Amino acid sequence: MDHMEDAGRQEKLVSARRAGLVACTRCTRVWPAGTDVCGRCGSDLRSRDYRSLQRVWAWLTVGIICYIPANLYPMLRTRVLFTETESTIVEGALDLALHGAVGIALIIFIASVMIPVGKFIAIGWLAYSVAKPLTMEPHRRHKLYEFVEFIGRWSMIDVFVVAILSALVQLNVAAAINPGPAAFTFALSVIFTMLAAQSFDARMIWDTDEDPRAR
Amino acid sequence: MPHHRTDDLDELIACPVCDALYHARMPETGERVTCSRCHHVLIAPKEGAFLRVIALALTVMILMLGATFFPFLSIDAQGFSNAASVFDSALAFTDGGWMVALSFATAALIVLIPVLRAALVIYVLGPLAFGRKPWPGARAAFRWSEDLRPWSMAEIFVIGVAVALVKVSDLARVDYGPAFFMFAALVVVIVLQDGSMCRWTIWKTLEDKKSS
Ligand SMILES: [Zn+2]
Ligand SMILES: [Zn+2]
Repeated sequence: MDHMEDAGRQEKLVSARRAGLVACTRCTRVWPAGTDVCGRCGSDLRSRDYRSLQRVWAWLTVGIICYIPANLYPMLRTRVLFTETESTIVEGALDLALHGAVGIALIIFIASVMIPVGKFIAIGWLAYSVAKPLTMEPHRRHKLYEFVEFIGRWSMIDVFVVAILSALVQLNVAAAINPGPAAFTFALSVIFTMLAAQSFDARMIWDTDEDPRAR
Repeated sequence: MPHHRTDDLDELIACPVCDALYHARMPETGERVTCSRCHHVLIAPKEGAFLRVIALALTVMILMLGATFFPFLSIDAQGFSNAASVFDSALAFTDGGWMVALSFATAALIVLIPVLRAALVIYVLGPLAFGRKPWPGARAAFRWSEDLRPWSMAEIFVIGVAVALVKVSDLARVDYGPAFFMFAALVVVIVLQDGSMCRWTIWKTLEDKKSS
């Protein structure tokens, strides 16, 4: 039981894997290494999910592919009386800014451009740095991971804006707003990047922390 | 390979984010145990939490029923007016062929998944709150509930509403319907519900009650 005493001493952290155990990431129960299914919650157990990196890259790739048409095609089709205008994500944000709603324009720009692009880079960087450990310190990589996990869902804002506007602004000949194809590909892009972030096994971030020779 | 007896392993807890191993220590009610390496909250029990979570989940279901079908917002401009419910918003994409998929996704993210999560949590915690054995499939139900958590987007929808209102304001006059306030309340209740749930306590109770 020497490993358990190791675990009790707080000054030196030991990972479940080094203690010869496999941890359940869902319910935090630990089992002897080699156990397949968690007896407490029924989840599949893997000490480190190295194959998860392939899933991360796959989801990330389709996420980026969907993001391209999302920016080229119109997000909104606005018709006021007899003039119809189409606007892409960026045009929509610019339009708001020109109408004086700079704060709201900024929210849309951050949620629809900066967060998605930042997420692509962050997830790619995390997946790359775990497979080929670089010098970035685990705490900072972890901060990046937490940020990606927390912020990713918020990109959905613009899709919901389009949904609300399209449902609400249906005023016969006076005005009408309808969704454009970009709403679809943008939503897909957000969903795929969320799946990429969820596929990432965050425990790999810390493996170099406790054993520098693992590099 | 070291051999551990499964009973002893019950005393241990591994951080799900960074794999750091600790002796599980039940904190005082209201206190929290966090991972000293990555600061992930490991254990955070609260007094009477099961009953409170159930009450909050029931509130979510009732509010969502009202918020979905009552008028949410209405606008009028130049003699024309229109009212939309949350349900209408979810169905805004239905006239565009393959865009229908987006309608289903929107309905799921803002209405179905929050309600489903509330129902699953009630199913899991209902018997536990009264000291009974968990109902069959409780473990799978709680797994689903946890998997669905990032996909429940009611709070993001509310921010979307705020943005949409600014966009519409120079086009038409907007009035708030009763569902608007129900939905806002709903978001607060969902946050309170998630904050009152200690996952570790629930999993441990499910495990202990199963064998007894
Ligand atoms: Zn488990
Ligand atoms: Zn941790």
